[in-house]
Amino acid sequence: MNEIAQINKTLPAVASGVTEDEQQRQYLTFMLGGEVFAIGILSIKEIIEYANLTEVPRMPEFIRGVINLRGAVVPVIDLGARFGKPMSAVSRRTCIVIIEVEHEGEQQVVGVMVDAVNEVLDIEAGEIEPPPSFGARIRADFIRGMGKVEGKFVIILNVDHVLSLDEMSTLAGMGTGTTIAA
Amino acid sequence: MNLDDALQTFVIEGRELLQNMEESLLGIERGETDDDAINAIFRAAHTIKGSAGLFGLDFVVEFTHIAESVLDKVRAKELAMDGDMVALMLSVCDHLGCLIEHVAKAEGMSEATSQMSRELGERLSVYLGGKREDKAKETKSKTSMTVDHDARLEVEGGGEVETDNWHISLRFGRDVMRNGMDPLAFIRYLATLGRIVNIVTLTDAVPPLSAIDPESCHLGFEIAFESDVDKATIEGVFEFVREDSLIRILPPRSKIFEYLELINDLKDENLRLGDILVSCGTLTETELANALRIQTGSGNALHPIGEVLVEQGMVEAPVVEAALEKQKQIKENKGSEINLIRVDSEKLDQLINLVGELIISGASISLIAQRAGMPDLGEAAATMSRMVEEVRDAALSLRMVQIGATFNRFQRVVRDVSRELGKDIRLEISGAETELDKTVVEKIGDPLTHLIRNSMDHGIEFADVRVARGKPAHGTLKLDAYHDSGSIVIEVSDDGGGLNKEKILAKAIKRGLVKPDQPITDKEIYNLIFEVGFSTVDEVSNLSGRGVGMDVVRRNIQVLRGTVEIESEPGKGVTMRIRLPLTLAIIDGFLVGVGGSAYVVPLDMVIECIELPPRSKEQGDNNYLNLRGEVLPYLRLRELFEIEGQVGRRENVVVVQYGGHKAGLVVDSLTGEFQTVIKPLGKVFGGACGLGGFTIMGSGEVALILDVPRLMQQVTSREVSVAGQ
Repeated sequence: MNEIAQINKTLPAVASGVTEDEQQRQYLTFMLGGEVFAIGILSIKEIIEYANLTEVPRMPEFIRGVINLRGAVVPVIDLGARFGKPMSAVSRRTCIVIIEVEHEGEQQVVGVMVDAVNEVLDIEAGEIEPPPSFGARIRADFIRGMGKVEGKFVIILNVDHVLSLDEMSTLAGMGTGTTIAA
Repeated sequence: MNLDDALQTFVIEGRELLQNMEESLLGIERGETDDDAINAIFRAAHTIKGSAGLFGLDFVVEFTHIAESVLDKVRAKELAMDGDMVALMLSVCDHLGCLIEHVAKAEGMSEATSQMSRELGERLSVYLGGKREDKAKETKSKTSMTVDHDARLEVEGGGEVETDNWHISLRFGRDVMRNGMDPLAFIRYLATLGRIVNIVTLTDAVPPLSAIDPESCHLGFEIAFESDVDKATIEGVFEFVREDSLIRILPPRSKIFEYLELINDLKDENLRLGDILVSCGTLTETELANALRIQTGSGNALHPIGEVLVEQGMVEAPVVEAALEKQKQIKENKGSEINLIRVDSEKLDQLINLVGELIISGASISLIAQRAGMPDLGEAAATMSRMVEEVRDAALSLRMVQIGATFNRFQRVVRDVSRELGKDIRLEISGAETELDKTVVEKIGDPLTHLIRNSMDHGIEFADVRVARGKPAHGTLKLDAYHDSGSIVIEVSDDGGGLNKEKILAKAIKRGLVKPDQPITDKEIYNLIFEVGFSTVDEVSNLSGRGVGMDVVRRNIQVLRGTVEIESEPGKGVTMRIRLPLTLAIIDGFLVGVGGSAYVVPLDMVIECIELPPRSKEQGDNNYLNLRGEVLPYLRLRELFEIEGQVGRRENVVVVQYGGHKAGLVVDSLTGEFQTVIKPLGKVFGGACGLGGFTIMGSGEVALILDVPRLMQQVTSREVSVAGQ
């Protein structure tokens, strides 16, 4: 229940941003395991083809590895695995969405692996419903809201929670920790 | 000019000056008393006061002024620089540092600081005869005194005529006194370098009494000065007012045209100056007449007086040449001082990053040349990578600083701690010129402080114990630094009692760190003191730390990709050896392949590569092989990193050495040498074990850098258990 209250509080902030900037209500939609998800385009840097990924050993499943993005080493997250589903299979349409997240005041770049990228959609603030408390099959705090598009729901992701570096590094550390002990 | 930047410079300079001041003070305490040191201390205080005045930092000026007055008396030999004075000045030094930190943080004085200012001020005032006036009064009295003094000097002006004197022409800037400088102090100090033969005060610029501003300086001086110091020294006297004042120093037997220049420069006083020069005794009447004749007569063809004299057969040519040569040298000396540039370290980092990118693109060109089979391109690429390598070394050397400054800081630590403990301990420093990366230098201070305090507290015995053991009463602590196979080694050694092996082992067994029947080498026992929970506990070992534990020391060093080890000889002392990489940005790497991925082993740790003997494959679980009669434990990267896929037909062993241990890393393929730009693991992979970072290969793919020391720990810990079975 706490989580819902918290997200309700963040919603007006999203709504007020809309009037300021047209881009605020634009969302990139993409496919993941047959479902449609959306991310606000402001945090997205670019979208690249899935290629040349280097695996990092002894990492949890959702960390697929690293890529070289013009001289910078960027971790790539398997979003499906992050939601507790099986690892995504690589297909011809698999893409890496490069997202900027803020961590301790610094911009960090993270790649997100998705099955396919659809389009950029305008979703009015009034068309966004608060996330359901259950039934979404992914953690409630990962969801910023449910966008209504042509009568269907699109899950708008809370990038800061989904790609929380603190949480991911804790999980990564745990992964290696158990291996050392074994 | 942006004042914030200037203030930043003031803070940096202030810190440096205080450090010099502290070093000089400690030098004096060790008995290296000389006037240079005292002058250096005075200058440091003086510069800080002067610069603080520029920024209107009254609380700094006020405090420094008292300290400076005391130091001025010391310099004039009115007060002795004894132990008490050094101790007082050290606290002054600390307090100034504290004040400057306040400036750096752009905050006012805290209550404690101003309290400290008052206390120290009072202690200092005792030396000044208790006559501490408040600032405004002092300035006023100084001004009036100046006038009196000048009047007297002018009356005395025009004494006997003398030759071979320096001529110094001073026109103090209007704001000199506002900036906290006293014109008279300069002249007084000048008098300590030689004899002021004559001085003429120029009061022409002084406005009528009604319009006078007591805080402005309107005075000029013409001084004939007899001394055998060089020009740079005289210039040094006026260093602090150089910027806003007109200062001309003419050496003895200067060329007449230089005097002319002087006269011309000061046009307003044109007529008088000639007379003043005569009255100063710098020029004789005839010389002046000559000079004026040249000035009016030969227009542009001005002969140096040297030439004139030679022509007239008065001086031999070589003498003049030698004099000129000397002048030139002085100029060159000044030049080399200016050659130091202060650069923002961020700019350096940027340069290193760019060089890193250059290396990566160079590698990709070589790769393309190889693939395309174009020998010409390959050759050109090889030449280029050689150049890039040089650029890399040059860029890296920019970041290198000598460790001496860090070492010298410990003089103070040793002094303070030894007083606190009541032990007589001396610090010996060697290898101060050893260079290492600035980031490393910055971060090594804390661990070193801890090790030094530890050695002093628990290592070195009290004087009576030492004498009883037949050692000199004073303990010796040594700091040494040197380069050793691609890394830098810093040693902290003491001549104390050494570590108590049995006690440590007993303690470790009690804590369950080692099993009672586990075979263990001396070195391993000593290293136990770095274990977590070993140091912070009750006084069992003779090495319990103060505040932070030894485990923190080791962790700090490991963050720098370094290691620490201990050597101890009972009764003779302990040597702690810190091994650090030279740089944190770029290394020479050795590229190997396991499965589909590429891994980099730092090249300076690689000793050799051998093929894994087929027989050891059949041995199954035994993870060691026979390397020319030596037992070499090895680690299969494939197993360690849980890489799936079929093992290749041939497996290779990379033999690595680190900190006295050898181990083998089993890999699929060996690719070769490769210049590696280290990219940090970043937040997500921070906890990854066995990895030290990422790098980008010429092909654009990412390779993983192995953290060999960490892998070695795993191998060696297993080695112990294997040997114990």
